[in-house]
Amino acid sequence: MSEPMHECKYNPGFMRDTLIPQVGIITDIRTETPDVKTFRVEAPSGGKLFEHMPGQCAMVCAPGVGEAMFSITSSPTNKLYQEFSIKRCGVLTEHLHSLKAGDEILVRGPYGNNFPVETELKGKNLLFIAGGIALAPLRSVINYCLDNRENYGDIDIVYGSRSADDLVQRKEIEEVWSKIPGVNVHLTIDREQEGWDGHVGFVPSYLQELAFDTNRTAILCGPPIMIKFCLQGLKEMGFAMEQVYTTLELRMKCGVGKCGRCNIGTKYVCKDGPVFRFDQVDELPNEY
Amino acid sequence: MYKIQKADLPKLYASIAAESDLFLPVKVADQTNFGLYTETADVDIDTLKTVKSAKDIFFPQSETLYKVRRENDNFSIDVEQHRTSPFVVFGIRGCDVRAMTVLDKVFLSEPIDSYYAARRQMGTIVSLACGRPDTSCFCKVFGIDCAEPEGDVVTWLVGKVLYWQPKTKKGEALTEKVASLLEKADEAMVESAKNAIRAIVKKLPYANLSLEKWGAAAADANFDSKLWEEMYKPCLACGTCTFVCPTCQCYDIKDYDTGSSVQRYRCWDSCMYSDFTMMAHGNNRTSQMQRFRQRFMHKLAYFPANNQGMFSCVGCGRCVDKCPSHLNIVKVIKAFEKEGV
Amino acid sequence: MQELIVRAKELLASGQVARVLGWKKGEHSYDPEVAFFNDAESLQDFVYDGFCGANLSKYMIEASKLEGKTLVFLKPCDSYSFVQLMKEHRVDREKAYIIGVGCWGKLDVRKLGAEGILDVEIAGDVLKVSSLYGDSEVAYKDAMLERCHVCKGKEHKVFDETLLESADTVDLDRFAEVERIEAMSPEEKFAYFQSELSKCIRCNACRNVCPACSCRKCVFDSTAFNSEQKANTTSFEEKMFHIIRAFHVAGRCTDCGECSRVCPQGIPLHLFNRKFIKDINRLYGEYQAGADLEEKAPLTSFQTDDAEPGADRR
Repeated sequence: MSEPMHECKYNPGFMRDTLIPQVGIITDIRTETPDVKTFRVEAPSGGKLFEHMPGQCAMVCAPGVGEAMFSITSSPTNKLYQEFSIKRCGVLTEHLHSLKAGDEILVRGPYGNNFPVETELKGKNLLFIAGGIALAPLRSVINYCLDNRENYGDIDIVYGSRSADDLVQRKEIEEVWSKIPGVNVHLTIDREQEGWDGHVGFVPSYLQELAFDTNRTAILCGPPIMIKFCLQGLKEMGFAMEQVYTTLELRMKCGVGKCGRCNIGTKYVCKDGPVFRFDQVDELPNEY
Repeated sequence: MYKIQKADLPKLYASIAAESDLFLPVKVADQTNFGLYTETADVDIDTLKTVKSAKDIFFPQSETLYKVRRENDNFSIDVEQHRTSPFVVFGIRGCDVRAMTVLDKVFLSEPIDSYYAARRQMGTIVSLACGRPDTSCFCKVFGIDCAEPEGDVVTWLVGKVLYWQPKTKKGEALTEKVASLLEKADEAMVESAKNAIRAIVKKLPYANLSLEKWGAAAADANFDSKLWEEMYKPCLACGTCTFVCPTCQCYDIKDYDTGSSVQRYRCWDSCMYSDFTMMAHGNNRTSQMQRFRQRFMHKLAYFPANNQGMFSCVGCGRCVDKCPSHLNIVKVIKAFEKEGV
Repeated sequence: MQELIVRAKELLASGQVARVLGWKKGEHSYDPEVAFFNDAESLQDFVYDGFCGANLSKYMIEASKLEGKTLVFLKPCDSYSFVQLMKEHRVDREKAYIIGVGCWGKLDVRKLGAEGILDVEIAGDVLKVSSLYGDSEVAYKDAMLERCHVCKGKEHKVFDETLLESADTVDLDRFAEVERIEAMSPEEKFAYFQSELSKCIRCNACRNVCPACSCRKCVFDSTAFNSEQKANTTSFEEKMFHIIRAFHVAGRCTDCGECSRVCPQGIPLHLFNRKFIKDINRLYGEYQAGADLEEKAPLTSFQTDDAEPGADRR
């Protein structure tokens, strides 16, 4: 099993500092899309590095290359390992994409708050809305809800990407999620594509076509422009901002609200977030 | 109350340094900063303000957190040893001592920063009252009395005599160790020195700045003020204000490849730098106006909102003295006082 | 000073310029700040005196991107920086209306030798300092910035018009300090630079104020080469930062002295640059960066008989 919170063997009298990572082994890499890979990570002795809740993040580090915060895409109900879906877009992610199964990385966490799966979301109908790589943080919640199916009402998942090739976790979506009773998956891609007979169009317009009633809680994640228009759509459908959750992403270094860079207004996104309700987001200064 | 002749201070330093590390103001190439005492060090307790504050001693400008070694494709992590030996900091001024309380709010809140916590546990603070406060000082605004600073031991330099008053258990323990160098003193001289200092403080041009427009409520009220746009323009986007500030604590974590291992270290960072919030897919503060605003909003609004009204400024005035463009927190406070928001 | 304000108001009123770049009264008489003035009313805070040391040339990089012309006041030495920036295509001459202002030496508040300074009155050759701890007088010359004692000259290298007379301030040899260091033994030199540069806090003030440091992305900010550094992990690095910076500005540095003026730790950074200037003069003939828009720069133009310092040591 993993190393739990314990006294630091190097520094007696202190807990192991949260800035110190653990060694994790990449036990599997799945290529999701041309620029997204999902990395399965386990402790060297097997099992998960730590326990987490849906929506929480962890710092993934390649020594000498860099360290960055990623959402944990696997559900806590997965007792064997943790997964990170990572898009290639910078120096660190470029390096991570060059790794192979068996390689080691450093991981520390979990950090931040989580989606209120055991409180506010419990017993509710749920509407998940995601675009592109933003399915990664939502997948953790979705699988948590599906594994505790009896605790939640109807589940609708609206997910879109640029093309069919850019849909992350497509296999799981089609072979697992779609087959569960009471779960409706609505996929869409931006432009027509050969071999795609599903919906075509941007997520916000598809959302409007689907015209959901407000008897549900929405969880929305995607690029800023998608968020903006989806939020507008949800408002038009009559959703209150207290009914919509999202997760924010900012530059982070420490993960515990001390290094200062993810500070917006009185909040530290790494510690007070990354999960916010939109009425809380509205209270933040416009710097995210 | 004890006393020691100023001329005998080298003996006191040597006596403390024989048992533990002693940090105190040392002049190097004409500038005074906190440094480790050695027999040859040019100790300078007359200079009012060290260029950098004493925060360096508890939160170093750069420090290694751990080393990662790679052997046969396996990583192993060597966590850096914390400070385990006691040390003494001599000659900290009242503003800088209070700044430690501000840093404590950050580093000693859960989860505790163990590197900082270890140094706080090991350090004994000997503060020094300010005989000659400067024009740029405004510690009074934050309820700091530079005539009677906080600290484990408080000292006053009055003429050719240093007066010494232990205030805490740590302070008493240190006093006991150097007892043979100290003699009993009465408090009359110190009392009149305090009064003289307080009389000067009253005359300081910034002593009566009003913080009425600041505090938790300012987080919303002042963010969209047009004043930011008017004030930021001369800002060079350097980190001088941040690095001389005793309460700025933002940091970066970086790698240093030594060849045989990767040293992961943390170093001071500045919200004034363009890459502070830069990440692979963009930057959420793209203009210097936003960065400038962030620094002051953090000190005067966000920090108090999260810390029961405590400001993240102690009025040391270093930024006032050192900003290459003569921008500073005093001007910001005054601008809002004058113009509203 | 009034004539500067009057002229600025005229140029604003006629629409010839959209804004004025100058200096604004600070909290005290000795701490004016750089400021943009957009209307006649705001010019009431305009100030130009011995404490207006800031070189405004670099601000013209950003001002060149704004709509309309900016009226900028340049002291003679600032005009060298402006020419150099023109040479490097970093400022747009067409976007600047330049008033060359006279200079009679700029002051360094650190040289007043007083604590708790409340006010400094400039009374001709004498500075009347009033402080919390008593009044004193200092000769103007004794409080001048180092750069003014070795001034390059009081002739403006670029201007649309000039206002106010300059006064000669030179009373020291520009290269004397460099020669003093050159004469040191290697051990002494190392000790000297070690003690000076160990004070560096990597605040980047020297770089950010430097008109020659006009790269859009500094190598020390770039994540692409593992050269991005915010603090020194070893005492070697602070030297590297300053030495690399000196190399980058070699042949382009006009010796404006802003780096030393702004350094919070009082490091005489200009000495690095001045050493380069001295060597360039010796190896390639007298050259002053920013003195002439057309003149070829010795380090960026090749001639077959060029000196190749270092090559002879192989």
